[in-house]
Amino acid sequence: MNETVEIIEIPGKWDISFRYSAGLTASKFFAELKKGERFLATKCSKCGRVYLPPRSFCERCFIKIDEWVPLGLQGTVETFTLVQDKFEGFPDPPYVVAYVTLDGADTAMPNFIEGLDLSDSKVALKKLKIGMKVKAVFKEQREGRVTDFVFKPL
Amino acid sequence: MRRVAIIGTGQTVFKTKRVDVNCSELIFEAARAALDQAGIEKEDLDAVVFASAPEAFEGVHAPDCWCADAAAAIGKPSLRIHTGGATGGSGALAGFTHVASGLFDVVLVAAVQRVGESPDAQKILNTIWDPIYEKDFALNIINACAQMAVRYMNKYGMTEEQMALVSVKNHLNAFNNPYAHLKLELSVEDVLKSRVLCWPIKLFDACPRSDGACAVVLASESKAEKLSANPAWVLGVGASTDTYGIGDRMVDDEFDLADIGAFVRAVREAYKKAGIRNPRREISVAEIYAPFSNLEIASYEGLGFCEKGQGGKLIEEGVTRMDGDLPVNPSGGVQASNPIGATGLVRVAEAALQIMGRAEGRQVDGAKTAIATAAGGAAQFYTAMILGKEKP
Repeated sequence: MNETVEIIEIPGKWDISFRYSAGLTASKFFAELKKGERFLATKCSKCGRVYLPPRSFCERCFIKIDEWVPLGLQGTVETFTLVQDKFEGFPDPPYVVAYVTLDGADTAMPNFIEGLDLSDSKVALKKLKIGMKVKAVFKEQREGRVTDFVFKPL
Repeated sequence: MRRVAIIGTGQTVFKTKRVDVNCSELIFEAARAALDQAGIEKEDLDAVVFASAPEAFEGVHAPDCWCADAAAAIGKPSLRIHTGGATGGSGALAGFTHVASGLFDVVLVAAVQRVGESPDAQKILNTIWDPIYEKDFALNIINACAQMAVRYMNKYGMTEEQMALVSVKNHLNAFNNPYAHLKLELSVEDVLKSRVLCWPIKLFDACPRSDGACAVVLASESKAEKLSANPAWVLGVGASTDTYGIGDRMVDDEFDLADIGAFVRAVREAYKKAGIRNPRREISVAEIYAPFSNLEIASYEGLGFCEKGQGGKLIEEGVTRMDGDLPVNPSGGVQASNPIGATGLVRVAEAALQIMGRAEGRQVDGAKTAIATAAGGAAQFYTAMILGKEKP
């Protein structure tokens, strides 16, 4: 039997909304971000590790954390990538995503690095280096979210 | 613990989209092929391990429900394993544990992923990130692996040319593998000139997104010796987990992102159990989970094939090519085919085929000991399995 079958695809779409509970620790961090002045990190009472963004427990010591320490705006690039291709649902390229450790923290946070000329990637990659100093710059309109700031070269 | 061996493997052909079958039919192909290679029927199975990664790829929640019939699970104990890209490797370890424990004699591990059902894998992969602190920063697997590449380049001086050499090797090896998705004859120049995705990762440094399935039959010593003339004995396994936050892996050397700490721990554990002291000399062939070329270079070091920072030199010297003395990814590896949740099991199946002497055009002559690894999550979960010709 040599039958030609037209193969059918059934269209589908997931449309589910969520409300993610940030919890007490992240909520306190976000409330401080909204003020646009500084960062609040948490510190493990046993090993002294300073977590930013703040965590309510220390993964290494496996104990609860309740000590808060304020941190300033300057930090160091730990690693980065220069995104040059368009992915569905992501910003239009080019853009830089980096992990930055703020002075006084022991962990790095991801965010965009803005304020670099990315029109020529080769030129941009000469400036963009691990160890580069950056500062957090708060947005004018803040909503108490981790997106209330970006990093810019110092 | 009892001795365990792999006695059969099955793979589908990997391609962008298999429109001729639905998801469960896809896993049936691999399961049927594995039973055929093992020379058994589904009645001979005592349990089934089903493995698949984020179900948003299939767009059917809990695909273990949909795939139970096709994975030969009806009437038997079964469970689903999911550790992201490491899913297939974790599935193989679960199958091993099932048999080693003495509770089951013959176990089928069946893994599937349909990455081609939705238009962009990275949009789905972004949803594995923390929606409170991290998801908003355009993170996805290519982005995260590029962050690892930059960290590694800075620490050890890896070049884009060295990354390209890995891509050239893997895509060339894929020509010998009838199941491979991409078969590309590339020059270093072609790779370097290909479209930049997330620098330093370019199109030809990256894996494709593939539809496909894989299955493996594991058996106890007595069953393996009865059913198979050339079983692949499990000599050792290891697994480890890293922190969710990639930014938590930049604190000290032991856990540094560049060195893939959890991978190193998984591999060391497997070597210890297998009694391997000099992997460069004792391992005949490796099938490793490196979806991007930079990760293969960093993995050489984690596998103990060279000193830290010397992975780039290893590929330059051709050691890991098919004509080198320690071929890595004769199948073309993950850069040639990546059905995500099945990919780790494909590494195990390919390593087993090498040991059984059934790897045909991609056979490494005289392969005695093989290692298969898997990696997944936010570059977080790692597994390793060592297979050998001689019973441990």
